[in-house]
Amino acid sequence: MTGVNPSPPVRRLGDRLFAGSARGAGIAILVVLAGVAAFLVVDSVPALVAPAADVPGGKGVFSYVGPLLFGTVIAAVIALVVATPLGVAIALFLTHYAPRRLAQGLGYVVDLLAAIPSIVFGFWGIFWLAPRMVPFYAWAEEHLGFIPLFAGPASATGRTMLTAGVVLAVMILPIISAISREVFAQVPTLHREAALALGATRWEMIRMAVLPYGRSGVIGGAMLGLGRALGETLAIALVLSVSAGTMTFNLISSTNPSTIAANIALQFPESSGLDVHTLIASGLALFALTLVVNVLARAVVNRRADFSGAN
Amino acid sequence: MSQTTAGVPETTTPTQVPGGLRTGGRLPRWTSWAVFAGALAAVALLDLAVALNTALYVLFTAVLGTVALFGLSRAAEGRRTALDRLVTCVVASAFGLAMVPLVSLIYEVVSRGIARLDGEFFTFSLVGVVGEGGGAYHAIFGTLIITGLTALISVPIGLLTAIYLVEYGAGRLKRAITFLVDVMTGIPSIVAGLFAYALFSIFFGPGVRLGIAGSVALSVLMVPVVVRSAEEVLKLVPNELREAAYALGVPKWRTIVKVVLPTAVGGLGTGITLAVARVVGETAPLLVTVGITNATNLNPFDGRMATLPVYAFYQLTQPGVPPEFAIDRAWTAALLLIVLVMVLNVVARLISRLFAPTTGR
Repeated sequence: MTGVNPSPPVRRLGDRLFAGSARGAGIAILVVLAGVAAFLVVDSVPALVAPAADVPGGKGVFSYVGPLLFGTVIAAVIALVVATPLGVAIALFLTHYAPRRLAQGLGYVVDLLAAIPSIVFGFWGIFWLAPRMVPFYAWAEEHLGFIPLFAGPASATGRTMLTAGVVLAVMILPIISAISREVFAQVPTLHREAALALGATRWEMIRMAVLPYGRSGVIGGAMLGLGRALGETLAIALVLSVSAGTMTFNLISSTNPSTIAANIALQFPESSGLDVHTLIASGLALFALTLVVNVLARAVVNRRADFSGAN
Repeated sequence: MSQTTAGVPETTTPTQVPGGLRTGGRLPRWTSWAVFAGALAAVALLDLAVALNTALYVLFTAVLGTVALFGLSRAAEGRRTALDRLVTCVVASAFGLAMVPLVSLIYEVVSRGIARLDGEFFTFSLVGVVGEGGGAYHAIFGTLIITGLTALISVPIGLLTAIYLVEYGAGRLKRAITFLVDVMTGIPSIVAGLFAYALFSIFFGPGVRLGIAGSVALSVLMVPVVVRSAEEVLKLVPNELREAAYALGVPKWRTIVKVVLPTAVGGLGTGITLAVARVVGETAPLLVTVGITNATNLNPFDGRMATLPVYAFYQLTQPGVPPEFAIDRAWTAALLLIVLVMVLNVVARLISRLFAPTTGR
C-alpha cells in the first residue's frame, strides 16, 4: 500500500507478530460471517426435515415462514415509500435551501434520530403515534374503503401495519437523508452554476444538475434503508398487533401478519426444542434477504463512488 | 405589474432574476410570510366553524398557504418561478414533518420517564417487587458490564482489522474483507443474536442464557462499525509521517504504534464511542441471548442477566397487575437509554475536539 519497502525487507519479530495479528483479525471477520451463515443453516436443519405437523402452525416450515416473510416485506416497503421522498426532500433542504449557518446544526438534529434506540421508537409508536392514527384510519375506512389497502375494519388501537411502517420510516429516514445529503453536496459547483447561469430557477437547477448526479446515491441509500427496515425488530414487535398466519394487504385492520424479526423476538424467549429451530430457520430466511439487499445496495453506492472523483 | 414592485426598492436581487423571467415582476420578499399568515387566519376561521385538531390545523395551513402562494406567483411571476416557490414550500414542509417524530418522541419519553427518575430506581432491583417501587439497579449494571465486554472484544478486533486494511492489506483478501465488513453492517441485530445463541448452545446445551453470549452477539454488530470508522481515520494520516519514520529506520510496527495511531487517536476515540452508542440500546440480540431476571446478577459467565433495553421491553409488555407502575419503570428505563446514548454522542464530539491533531509545528 504505502510502497515503502526497504530493498532487503527486514522482518523483525515485532513486525511479524503485528502483521500477523492484524491479518488474523481480518480473517476472524471472515470466519465470523461464515460462522453466522453456517450456524443458522445447521440449526435450522431440524426444522426443515421435521414432519410438517410438528412445526408450529402444523403445515411445515415454509408455510410458517411464508406469511412472516410477507409481513416483513410489506412493512419494509411501506417504510421505503414513506421515507424515500421525505429523506430526499430533507437532504435537499439541508444542502440547498436551509440558511448556511443553520444547515449544519439542523443536520445534527436529523442525525439524532439515528441515535435513538429502536425500543424507544417502539414506545413512541405504541403510545404516541398509534392513538393519533386511529381517527385517520376510521376516516380512511369510510372514504377510501374501496381501495383494498384500506378495506378495514379499522383498528381501534391504531396498532396496524401502516403504523408499523410509519415507525420504520422514521427510523430509516436518517440513513436515506444522510447518504442523499452526501451525494447532493458532492455535485460539482460548476454544474450548478452553469444551470443557474442559463437562467434556471433553483428548482430547475436541482432537477437538471443535482438530481441526475445524485440518483444512484439516493437509490443506494434507499436500499440500505430497506435493509435496515427488513431487519428491524423491537419497534415492530411492540407496535404491531399480530394474528398468526394471516396474509393480507389490508393495512389498517388489527389482524396483521407479523414480521420475521418481531416474531423471533416475541416467540424465542418462551420456545424450546423444535420451535427454536423453526425460529432460527426463519432467521436464516431474513439473513438471506437482507444479505441480497445489502450487497445490491453496496454495489450501487460503490459504483457511484468510483465515478464521482470525490475520493 | 410594476405597481407590485414599486414600494419595495430591493426587489431586483441579482442572483434571483434570470433572464427568462421577464413575464412578470417579482413579488416582494414578505409575500410568502404574508400568504402563510393569511392561510393561518383562514384556517383559524375554519376552526371556529368545525373544530380541528392540531395536525389538521397545521396541515390545512401548509396546504392552503402553498396553494395560495403558487397561484399568486403564477399570476404575477410566471409558471417557472411559481413552480420554484411550490417546491421550496414542499421541501421546507418535509423537513418540518421530519421534526415532528423527533420532538414528540423526546417530549414523550422525558415527560413520562421523569416520574420514576428517583434514587430508588438506581439503587434497587426488582426482587420481591409487586406493583409500586423497585428499580433498575440490576439492569443498569448488566448493561454496563455487557457493553463493556462487547467493547473489550470488538475494539481490538476492529482496530487490528482497520490497521490491516490500511497498512498491510493488498489484493483479494483486502477486497474480500472490505466487502464483508460492508455486508456485516447490514446484519439484522436479531440474526446476530440467533448466531450467538446457536454458538453457545453447542457448548452449554439448548436454552442457554449468558451475559457473555450477549456480548458476542453485540460484537458482531459493533466490529464492522469500529472497522469502518477506524479505517476512514487511519487513511487520513498523512503518508509523509510514515515515510519520515521509515527514513529514520523505525520498523513498520513501531511506526504504526508510535506514529500512526497517536496521530489518529482523536478520530479513533470518536469512532469507538459512537460504535458503543450504537450497541448500547440494542434490544433484540440480548432478548434471545441474555434473557431477563429480577435479581442482580453481575457475572456474565453465569446465567441470565438484566439489561436496560430488555428490562424496558418486559416492563412494558408484561407489566403484571396493576400495570401502571411497571409501565412507569419502562419509560424511565427508556429515558435512561436515551440519556446514555446522547451522553456517548456528546463524549464522542468532545474527544474529536480535544484530541484533534494540532496543525501547528
